[in-house]
Formats: sequence, structure tokens, C-alpha cells
Amino acid sequence: MKATNRLEKIINLCFWLSASVIAGIFIIIIGYIAVKGFSVVNLDFIFTAPTRAGKEGGISTTIIGTVYLTAVALLFAVPLGVSTAIYLEEYARRKSRFARLVNLTAETLAGIPSIIFGLFGFVFFVIFLNLGWSILSGGMTLAIMILPTITRTAQEAILNVPHEYRENSLALGASKWQTISKITIPSAAPGIITGIILSIGRVVGETAAIILTAGSSLGMPLSLSDPVRTMAVHLYILALEGISLERAFGTAFVIVILIIIINYMAHLSLRRLSHLSS
Amino acid sequence: MANDVKIKSTDLKVFYHDFQALYEINMEIKENNVTALIGPSGCGKSTFLRSINRLNELIEGTSTKGQIYIDEIPLYDKDIDPVNLRKNVGMVFQQPSVFPMSIYDNVAYGPRIHGVKDKAILDEIVEKSLKAANLWNEVKDRIKSPATGMSGGQRQRLVMARVLAVEPQVILMDEPASALDPISTAKLEELISELKNSYTIVIVTHNMQQAARVSDYTGFFLNGALVEFNRTDELFVNPRDKRTEDYITGRFG
Repeated sequence: MKATNRLEKIINLCFWLSASVIAGIFIIIIGYIAVKGFSVVNLDFIFTAPTRAGKEGGISTTIIGTVYLTAVALLFAVPLGVSTAIYLEEYARRKSRFARLVNLTAETLAGIPSIIFGLFGFVFFVIFLNLGWSILSGGMTLAIMILPTITRTAQEAILNVPHEYRENSLALGASKWQTISKITIPSAAPGIITGIILSIGRVVGETAAIILTAGSSLGMPLSLSDPVRTMAVHLYILALEGISLERAFGTAFVIVILIIIINYMAHLSLRRLSHLSS
Repeated sequence: MANDVKIKSTDLKVFYHDFQALYEINMEIKENNVTALIGPSGCGKSTFLRSINRLNELIEGTSTKGQIYIDEIPLYDKDIDPVNLRKNVGMVFQQPSVFPMSIYDNVAYGPRIHGVKDKAILDEIVEKSLKAANLWNEVKDRIKSPATGMSGGQRQRLVMARVLAVEPQVILMDEPASALDPISTAKLEELISELKNSYTIVIVTHNMQQAARVSDYTGFFLNGALVEFNRTDELFVNPRDKRTEDYITGRFG
């Protein structure tokens, strides 16, 4: 009895340690960035444009650039990804060759490094379609990059909607599309949103693919055909070219805050949605 | 008690791929009566029930031969739209599956998809349906709260209300009480007896006492065939077929 008791305690301790390592790493990184970045971050830093390649001024244009690129990427990827997921889970015959091909493609695409998408976007959007380094080229490249994540998570979410919901809806005389749009998609929404959040995180953190397709201009973008620099790209260039490590940390701090805000908002919307279903 | 035939099945056969689930079912179900379908698991009673609202065809590889008529309209004709059919033939399933939305929205779901938009009319339908399902008094103060917070018995009556809100002529029930406690079951059976004045009800049940209590007619299925079909009092007191007698006396099943 005593021996098992001690073993239980040791096992418990091991798991506790693993959990604390995670928490510790998180606190150290965030703390370090906060301490280093805090001295430069203020309202001016957020609301003024960078000057002298970022040595002076703020990061306003890179925040705008990040928001635009993310919005364009989601605008393409979410409808396409969710529609694909609906097709695969609700319309395609499970064993059809086409469905298997699409599944395999999505799985493979999910594992391809982002720089490959960047290279493709550079050759295809920037040069071949002659869109130049622009929000459009970058946004579409990023859309392709996040498409597998959005599709897979949406598929998973749709698959998890109880089959009885669909049967009940159809038995009430709803058409297939009414059932999908009024029952299946709303029930799957929390899972779909999770996939979108993961994707936003990837877009906000991306650098290489963006430099190749959206450029790294510090100017304020005025249309979809203008080049932009995102915060992550700005941080990368500031640090790499030794322009200002201080400002690199300031930018990092803003990125982290933004990610935390996005996660929190998503958490709130998930809670509101699951409130309905629990 | 009306004695018109509401549902008529002629030589109905159902296949799942190569497996034949039903063999030439011929049956006449009377209007404003409760008809119970009994038999051991896998005997085809649920398959028959689901062929009345053409729900079987949602499963890949199902094929149906023969015909079912409701009011002499052949359901398996090419021009029959199963979506329209299901508006007239409601169904209650074994698991009371409420949608993850409010009690009100659950009941209003059917009318809304069939085009009712006026709030006053919807309010009226919801209240009427919940009253008809004997649920109104229990939920009238929390009609906008999530339906998922209800007990199993309440959920099954909510599902009934949701079906009634569409105003079907026929209600199919697939072992509606199997997930319920005895008190909820009693309430549901009471409800069935009330509803048969306005609806034609077909109920699949594992529970022979339940069939005897609620139904006017009973059909006994075995291995995909309808072995015996008669008035409930006749079938239970005086079974004509040896297999029916063996089943209702508990010799197998």
C-alpha cells in the first residue's frame, strides 16, 4: 500500500513538473518581451508611421498591413475552406475517389513549409499574374497556406455534429441545405472558429512567405495592389539589419498583445456559442 | 373512431445493398388510431417505420420496391418530393434529440423552415404545440432558455411539440420511451392517447406491455416479414400464429 502511494506521488509530481515547465516558459518569454518592449510601447508607437527605416517613429503602417493581409487571407480561405469541408462531409460520397483526393491534398498541403507557398506566390501571383508585391498577392498566398487548417478543422467540427440533429431536421421536412445552414453549421461553429483563430496566428507570425509576396514597404497601403509590411516582417528586419533591437522588442510586445486579444475574443465568442449548446 | 385507411403498404421490400431487410409487407393502417409494431431487434419494424417518411433513403445503398400510399397517394412515385412528404409525416426518435437552441426556437424550427415569419403566428404555434405536448406549464417561464437544460422526459415531449408544430397528419415514433424513466414513459403514453384523436400514430416498441396499453392495432414483425397484424386486443389474447404466441409469451425476443 505504502509503495503504491509513494509511486502515485512521484507520478503526480512528474506531471506537475511538466505543466509548470510550460507555464514557466510562457511567463519567461512574455515577461522578457514585456520588460524589453514596454519602454518603447506607448500610444505614439502604435499610432505613428515608422521613419528612417523604423529607427524612429512607430509601427502604425505595419499594424495596418497585418490587419489587411489577415483580412484578405481570411476572406479567401474561410469561404473556400468551409465550403470544401461541407462538401466533403455532407455531399461527397465517403469513399469517392474525388473526396479521397481532396482529403489527401489538404493533408499534404498542411505539412508544407510556408516558404514553399511564398515561393509559389511569388512566381504565380507576383510575376505571372503581374499583381506585384501587394496585399492581394500576399493575402492570396497566405490564404492557400491556411486553407488546409481551416478545411480540416471545419471538417472535424462538422463530423462531430450529432447525426440525430440532421435526422430530426430532415424528418421535420427541412431540405438538406436548410439542415446544413440552420443546424449543422451553427452547431459546428465553435470548431470552425477555432480553426480560424489558429490560422490568424499563423498569418500574424508569418515572415518569409510575406516578404516574397507582399514586399516589405513601410508606406501606408492605400489599395489592395499596394505592398505592405506586417509587424512580424518589421520585427524580423529591425532585428536582422540591426536597425533597432529596442523597437524590435516593442513590435514583438504589440504582436503578443494582439494575439492575446484575438484569443480572448475568440474565447468569448466560443463561450457565447457553446452557451447555446450546453 | 374513424375506420378509414390512412396508410397502405403493398408488397413493400427494402434492401440494404444485398441484404433484404423487408419482405413483401402488406399492411393497412387506420386513420386516428395507434398502430404498434413489435418484434425482436433487427426484425425490420424500424425499417418499415422509416419507409413511411422515406428516411431510409438517406442511408447509402438502400433501395425500396413496392409502394406505400398515404390517402391513396403513392409515396414512392417519381414526382413525390420526400421533403414535402416529411412535412406531413412527423417522426419522433428513440433519443430525444433537441437542437442546441432555445425551447422556443426548437418548436418554431419546423414552421420557420416552412416559411412562417410572422412573430405573432409563431408565438401562437409554439404555445399551442407545447400545450398539446403537455409541456407548456413546465416551461412557459423559461421558453427562451436553452432546451438542452431539460430532463429526458421533457426533451421527448419537446420533440413531440416540435413535430406537432409542423401539423403533420401522421406521427411515426421509433421506440420513443426506451430512454425514459417510468414516470416520463407514463406521461408520454398518456400524450399518445390524447393525440390519436387528431393524428394517425405508428409506434415501434420493444415493450409489449406498452404496445398493449397504447395501441389499437399491432403488427408483429419477424426476420423482415409481417407475421401477424390484428386488433391489439385480438393479437395479444388470441394470437393466430405460433411465432406471435411464442414472442408475446416471452419464449424468445
